[in-house]
Amino acid sequence: MADRETMTLNMGPQHPATHGVLRIELDLEGETVIEARPIVGYLHTGIEKNMEAKTYTQALTMTDRMDYLAPLSNNLVYVQAIEKLMEVEVPIRAEYIRIIMTELTRLNSHLVWLGTHALDIGAMSMLLYCFREREKITQMYEFVSGVRMMASYFRVGGLTDDVPDGFEERVKDILDTFPAHIDEYEGLLTDNKIWRNRTIGVGVISAEDAIDAGLSGPNLRGSGVAWDLRKSKPYSIYDKFDFIVPVGKNGDCYDRYLVRLEEMRQSLRIIRQALDGLPEGPTKSSDGKISPPAKYEVLTGMEQLIHHFKLVVHGFQPPVGDIYHSIESPKGEIGCYLVSDGSKKPYRVHFRPPSFVNISAFNKLVAGRMIADVIACIGSIDIVLGEIDR
Amino acid sequence: MNIDMWQTFKSVFIAIPTGLSITFRYLFRKPVTEQYPKVRPKFEDRYRGLHYLTRYSDGSERCVCCGLCAAACPADCIYMECAETPSGIRYARIYEINELRCIFCGMCEEACPEEAIFLGHEFEFSSGDRDDFIYTKEMLLANYDKIEKERVAKRIKPMIRQERFQFKKPAAPIGH
Ligand code: SF4
Ligand code: SF4
Repeated sequence: MADRETMTLNMGPQHPATHGVLRIELDLEGETVIEARPIVGYLHTGIEKNMEAKTYTQALTMTDRMDYLAPLSNNLVYVQAIEKLMEVEVPIRAEYIRIIMTELTRLNSHLVWLGTHALDIGAMSMLLYCFREREKITQMYEFVSGVRMMASYFRVGGLTDDVPDGFEERVKDILDTFPAHIDEYEGLLTDNKIWRNRTIGVGVISAEDAIDAGLSGPNLRGSGVAWDLRKSKPYSIYDKFDFIVPVGKNGDCYDRYLVRLEEMRQSLRIIRQALDGLPEGPTKSSDGKISPPAKYEVLTGMEQLIHHFKLVVHGFQPPVGDIYHSIESPKGEIGCYLVSDGSKKPYRVHFRPPSFVNISAFNKLVAGRMIADVIACIGSIDIVLGEIDR
Repeated sequence: MNIDMWQTFKSVFIAIPTGLSITFRYLFRKPVTEQYPKVRPKFEDRYRGLHYLTRYSDGSERCVCCGLCAAACPADCIYMECAETPSGIRYARIYEINELRCIFCGMCEEACPEEAIFLGHEFEFSSGDRDDFIYTKEMLLANYDKIEKERVAKRIKPMIRQERFQFKKPAAPIGH
């Protein structure tokens, strides 16, 4: 080794292919990567600390901003953690709408992943096509909640508001047009020689290594481990739906690509079933200690008005205790650990962000490979820095 | 070597044209892009943009300065000071929203028990000066008067108290 020279190269945090502000220190020998050390923290926003200063409802707005490509998954894990702690019953219609919206969120996240990953590797038009489809989903967010990204649509005990009229037609429209688009992506990439050369056998991680590193989501399933919290530990009403958990074989970038594409198809299946079974009914918990009364009642009844004031100012107080709840976000297992001291504000909120754990296995993916593969690997593990740094 | 050549042949004459044929088809489709500065985008009804303060049909302000919107606001960006008219009606002497701090979460409109504040569809309010983003009561009311008035009928769904004093004798007994 004495005659060889190792060079340390700093990649990022302003590198366009690091998907935000990830910095990687690379030890190189020629063009071969000896070691890669991801360095995070450039997007630290103090979300967890900030949440301690807000009531439970107010703190919800912070969760959107962690994984900003999957805001509703973050909303869901947070509200479900509180619901678990307080043992709140959520109306069945709200559960169905939550499922439809979080599965749309999965499509949203996977589309951005596919577009940017393909762009990194050199397929420019993929980005345009993916964002075109994503536009429809952000439109749906705007339709139900009013904002294209930071929806904050879920509330403890249900939803902010029922969906507006015409919801079903619009979801159907997405369901009808989407499969053709996925076929189109496959047509562009799956058999494309450049794509295959850049991804097959690149960034391989074995099933044991993936489990040891704590990977979750498509990164784990790409290595052949069929672990999906929607199936393995069903939350919400996922046990009612029929879908399969796609798994890969080799654990390389190409398999992770195939897994995510298939997941999009499965998400569409879940949405279709949820839409067919969408029941009528209330979308807020009937527990007056958690959900404010309907606006109409607030405007007409004195008692309800007083109650509304109390709920907004004092919020609700979960019992003293702590809880861990996790769901399958598009990027993997997102967990929320919540400590309550019985007041209106959380004593401590901590998230287990999938991206953070996934990036920790980065060195395993790239060590010994060429420097150009680093780009493919960053794209392939699908990180969002907002979530890593919180 | 022959296999190599066959692979190259395949990638040049089959894989690339397959991909290109997909891109090529888009030449003949209608573009999906919006011509933004020329054509204003249409928003959904629930869009959360610049706030406005509403009025009763007699022109008086609906806001009674209860402070609930400020209590609900996660970003702490609403400031108000209260006063009373000689006839004893509370109103906000000062009502300010710092639109730079605001995260447009809509919790103020959810909280307001008077249907006095809403988030409208206005979104083009950029400025080079931070001070311009402190929206005073007058600016918020002007936003209602000039832009949001025709949309508000849709937002104020119950529309129970069209006139200020009507609520003293509701048409039918309600609730408890
Ligand atoms: S939209 Fe949200 S952040 Fe903005 S003023 Fe209203 S409550 Fe505060
Ligand atoms: S806008 Fe509504 S919530 Fe805010 S002070 Fe006025 S009446 Fe109260």
